[in-house]
Amino acid sequence: MNIPLFSATHLKKSFGGITAVDDVSLSVQPGQVVGLIGPNGAGKTTCFNLITGLYAPDEGQFEFKGKTYKPASPHRVAQMGLARTFQNIRLFKSMTALENVAVGMHGKTRQGVLGAVLRTPAQRREEKRVHQQALKWLDYVGIGAYSNHLAGQLSYGDQRRLEIARALASEPALLALDEPAAGMNATEKLKLRELLLRIRQDGTSILLIEHDVKLVMGICDEVIVLDYGKVIAQGTSTQVQQSPAVIEAYLGGLHHG
Amino acid sequence: MSKLAQRHQQVIGFLLLAVALAALPWVAGLIGNSWVRILNIALLYVMLALGLNIVVGFAGLLDLGYIAFYAVGAYVYGLLASPHLTDNFETIATLFPDGLHLSIWLMIPLGALIAALFGVLLGAPTLRLRGDYLAIVTLGFGEIIRLFLNNLNAPVNITNGPQGINMIEPVQIAGVRFSRTVDLFGVEVPALHLYYYLFLALTLFIIVVCMRLQNSRIGRAWTAIRDDEIAAKSMGINTRNMKLLAFALGASFGGVAGAMFSAFQGFVSPESFGLMESIIVLCMVVLGGMGHIPGVILGALLLAGFPEMLRQVVTPVQEFLFGSVLVDAEILRSLIYGLTMVLVMLYRPAGLWPKHK
Repeated sequence: MNIPLFSATHLKKSFGGITAVDDVSLSVQPGQVVGLIGPNGAGKTTCFNLITGLYAPDEGQFEFKGKTYKPASPHRVAQMGLARTFQNIRLFKSMTALENVAVGMHGKTRQGVLGAVLRTPAQRREEKRVHQQALKWLDYVGIGAYSNHLAGQLSYGDQRRLEIARALASEPALLALDEPAAGMNATEKLKLRELLLRIRQDGTSILLIEHDVKLVMGICDEVIVLDYGKVIAQGTSTQVQQSPAVIEAYLGGLHHG
Repeated sequence: MSKLAQRHQQVIGFLLLAVALAALPWVAGLIGNSWVRILNIALLYVMLALGLNIVVGFAGLLDLGYIAFYAVGAYVYGLLASPHLTDNFETIATLFPDGLHLSIWLMIPLGALIAALFGVLLGAPTLRLRGDYLAIVTLGFGEIIRLFLNNLNAPVNITNGPQGINMIEPVQIAGVRFSRTVDLFGVEVPALHLYYYLFLALTLFIIVVCMRLQNSRIGRAWTAIRDDEIAAKSMGINTRNMKLLAFALGASFGGVAGAMFSAFQGFVSPESFGLMESIIVLCMVVLGGMGHIPGVILGALLLAGFPEMLRQVVTPVQEFLFGSVLVDAEILRSLIYGLTMVLVMLYRPAGLWPKHK
């Protein structure tokens, strides 16, 4: 059995009386794309927030690259090599696309106040590298032409791509994407699918929350289905599609209607 | 246009600006020495506004107690360059029988450092606060510092309370004392002009530091925090450290301005550091254009120069028109001041000279 790149076991989180995530375990093998699906309010985003340190879990263990970690602070999680995007796009709106990606490289760069004020050769080299890398990532996701546009001025689909570029700039081992296809049209989705496959091919594993079942089933090696905070099915896309529990969760059981 | 020609133009523009800035006090001095004084005070405000701009403009942390750092800088200089400490503390008197006469090159960094320390002290407990809540806590902090300065004359007399600290020594650089007109290479240079050049040099230094910080990894991290703190955290930015850095750097510029104010006036008292001063500096930043260095400088110059100009103009104009003074300049000042701020917020909410891309 391979050592998983990432695993979270027995996650639990409640808000007041509501248990948003109830004993969820998931793992990602190196090079895998794992899909996390489920109806609205199933607890997918809460899972992401637990994994990336935005929420403190009530219970649960986390492991990344063979080491356990406590997701106490989001910036540590990011620096460890686990980058994410957000369901409701959270770009830095007053910055250009290029600067947004440059922020993604924060953890990979070192220069501080003195370097900046004195413009040391090391600082200038680093800034040059940041600039080149950022352009590279913009090209990688296909929005290189808009490097000097303000993030808020980009089209919705491009904003989603920019978020992915910003996350990729930290050179993560695992990329956690929260509904990257939301609001995209069919052509954009097709391009996104290609991009995700390319990211995997280039060695980054992906944990994907997505509503678009076609997209998920097409690219995921493994799919985990959540409903009411619980895992109701897990396996390859074909296995999951045939699970009666999944069919009931998505289409509603007979007793509902 | 070729690159070289462009470069040429830049150099020429730069030289013209340098000549204009160097000649400014002499031109102002022709009208009256009080105008050189106004210039000096305006430069102090530019330093303050640039410091506050780091906290409010770059990092997006609303600070209503910024003047406290100005006070800290002023009192650090005041205490270390006046006979107050040797008069009140025997141990210090025996240690320094000739009084404290520290070099200005030590005093400026010391003022900056101690103010930065207070910046961190204020920043640390407020890290989780944003917006209005942060504004209220910082406002309280500013008042606390002022009240301490006002009351720390008993049981041990540290600040001399409301009377303030007197007989603060003027700046002394390379044996030149900034207290009377001195003969520099055959030119008679009044002390006011010397202060102008010192303040100008410090202001330019601060401008360069601000500009370089803004276009750096640190500056990007601050902007990221201002735009979206959660996203910034998730991109690997240690928001706690970055915020503390903003508080410390902003405060240190305030400390430098304070030290210079103290040396320039020769006297400091808690009165100079009220809430109104904090608000005025914040107005300068907002009026000019938050986060945009040239805008902030413009805002500071306008708001620092405007009341003085009014004071000089209003009384003679009224005497000329009505034969007597009907409206006091001070009242008119507040009126116009308030009206300007309202109009700016209505028609130019991003400030007079905002950053645009």
